[in-house]
Amino acid sequence: MTEEFASKSAAAIDRAKAEGRAALVGYLPAGYPTVQESIEAGIALARNGADLIEIGIPYSDPVMDGPVIQAATTEAISNGFRVANVFDVVAGITAATDSAVLVMTYWNPVMRMGVDEFARRLAEAGGAGLITPDLVPDEAHEWFEASDRYGLDRVFLVAPSSTPERLDMTVKASRGFVYAVSIMGVTGTRTSVSSTAEDVVARAHAAGAERVCVGLGVSNPDHVREIAAYADGVIVGTALVAALRDGGVDAVGQLTKNLSAGLGRAAAEA
Amino acid sequence: MVDAPTAGSEENVADAFLQGGPSLRNASGPYFGSYGGRWMPESLIAALDEVQDTFEKAKADPDFIAQLKDLNKNYSGRPSLLTEAKRFSEHAGGARIFLKREDLNHTGSHKINNVLGQALLAKRMGKTRVIAETGAGQHGVASATAAALLGLDCVVYMGAEDCRRQALNVARMQLLGATVVPVTNGSQTLKDAINDALRDWVSNVEHTHYLLGTAAGAHPFPAMVRYFHEVIGEEARSQILEQTGKLPDAIAACIGGGSNAIGLFHAFLDDASVKIYGFEAGGEGVETGRHAAAISLGRPGVLHGARSYLMQDEDGQTIESHSISAGLDYPSVGPEHSYLADIGRVTYEAVTDTEAMDAFSVLCRTEGIIPAIESSHALAGAIKIGHRLTEGKENPSDVTVIVNLSGRGDKDVETAAAWFNMLDEEGHVKGTTLSTRKPKGPTERTNEAAVDVNEDQN
Ligand SMILES: Cc1ncc(COP(=O)(O)O)c(C=O)c1O
Repeated sequence: MTEEFASKSAAAIDRAKAEGRAALVGYLPAGYPTVQESIEAGIALARNGADLIEIGIPYSDPVMDGPVIQAATTEAISNGFRVANVFDVVAGITAATDSAVLVMTYWNPVMRMGVDEFARRLAEAGGAGLITPDLVPDEAHEWFEASDRYGLDRVFLVAPSSTPERLDMTVKASRGFVYAVSIMGVTGTRTSVSSTAEDVVARAHAAGAERVCVGLGVSNPDHVREIAAYADGVIVGTALVAALRDGGVDAVGQLTKNLSAGLGRAAAEA
Repeated sequence: MVDAPTAGSEENVADAFLQGGPSLRNASGPYFGSYGGRWMPESLIAALDEVQDTFEKAKADPDFIAQLKDLNKNYSGRPSLLTEAKRFSEHAGGARIFLKREDLNHTGSHKINNVLGQALLAKRMGKTRVIAETGAGQHGVASATAAALLGLDCVVYMGAEDCRRQALNVARMQLLGATVVPVTNGSQTLKDAINDALRDWVSNVEHTHYLLGTAAGAHPFPAMVRYFHEVIGEEARSQILEQTGKLPDAIAACIGGGSNAIGLFHAFLDDASVKIYGFEAGGEGVETGRHAAAISLGRPGVLHGARSYLMQDEDGQTIESHSISAGLDYPSVGPEHSYLADIGRVTYEAVTDTEAMDAFSVLCRTEGIIPAIESSHALAGAIKIGHRLTEGKENPSDVTVIVNLSGRGDKDVETAAAWFNMLDEEGHVKGTTLSTRKPKGPTERTNEAAVDVNEDQN
């Protein structure tokens, strides 16, 4: 991993590491249900134990997302969400907390704004970088340049199906951390975390990744505990979105607190 | 906004490009100029590599080629005819119009060419299940057919709106043993069906092949789907030479994702004298915003794995397309078409719902052929270019045009009947409900049988 400057995501994960635990990464969509409430929900994530916050850009064709996130992002768009609002959400959360805030986005909205312009505005808003579910390093020339220019993290995904060559290449291309997909599938809660996740993490570590976080299907403290035993961070999405949907910002805070109990943090914390 | 040349300027651009330019045939991908590529989740890259590798090996394997040829000939009924439409010609300025009869293929459209090829590849990869998206239902029917033939499980994703528009094809797929999943996300049409098929593929990639139905998507799909359809143009080229002794002045096809079109175009790409036209769905008119003319009015972006012309808003959100034709109701287009548009080799124009339905009616009444509404866009285009190319010509019949009749219109009878005002308030064909006899038993028995089949599936 290239590390020519201080990566905000890496720093957040390392802070957790220094406390002897894995980092908690919480996902919520920007603009859901409104821009203001998504800022409040992001702040609730941070205040209740999320070390990194992943803010998704609602997109018309989210092929990596299951029904819960699809429904939320569709609602955000029909409530008037505009892509540029994501910078307000990032700025709103970073102003109020110390968490590293990344944006998770499908690639076309970035391309449409212009990769450079998008990166400039994200950096200005205090964002840490991008997680790109449908951008593989093979197509990322423009993003390499822009992320270097503005000092942003490039979080690419690795999957159980990634070949050793691709894993190697993706680990080298990433900055901040590597996102290990726990299973072959889309976002959504699942009753158990697949054992393939541990293997992917081990392979990514072996390929030289210093920080590997696991996402997809993680929804309760037991999952968190299981993954925290071998990964550097645990990513929770759908369960948080469902909490926001059903119980608003307070429910997000409560669930985050429960989840962070699985991190192996020194008990005194809460 | 569009770099593609307008109708008046293509002669010079195309000629300039072709004089001494490199061959445009057999472009292998992943890129077509700046288009194409693999804008896909990492989870699917290994599967795409496997498809590509299997495809490359199969292409070089005489056994595979022989198997495909045999199916094309003895199952689909290839070669398809090239029929001169003599009475239709009068509506196209007197130009001689030749129809490439993909409507006569088994299952009623060109879609079977690609499906047989990919289903054979699925078997080679040891996959036991195929999934497909479908708009008009033709690709779904073709996929269900090939799956039945080769003993594969088949699940077809179809927008709920398209299920309604093409109910007959839903029943056909079910009769063939496929499971049809109505997609209620987004615009409930083709693009959303592709999204759900991709979600399924990501989750089941180990034993499932995604049988993509058009020359779009991530590499290797655009080049591979084209390869399986190249037979259309190869046949048409030798048939027209045989029937007229010369190359055509122009060829025309409709553009959904672009598979029937690229299949016809490919054989003619290096024939500088042949003008090539792709007709996109202009819906209610491109000025209304309710259309599916991605090349004419879109701008480059990424959707479903490829960079190509795309109907999108200022935020990069995909704009819903609109067309009377379910098979053309797609907001993007295969990447090779975007490239051919930019370099000026192919001219892309929009044809409205009304123009297409007029051409539909003309073909029915002049030739005794009911075309698919998709193909009717190509017919409407042929009427336009026929007039254009014969203008001022002493002998209009010197001008010859090949139109890809990509499918038959049986599936569209209901849509057409509604369009031409042939239905009463209850949606019945006017004048068909006058019988006073009680319906007989068999109707019901058939229904029960159909339900049973369904329950077996689920
Ligand atoms: C008869 C027919 N023609 C054309 C199309 C459009 O697809 P493509 O552009 O890939 O040929 C379809 C798609 O469903 C179709 O059924």
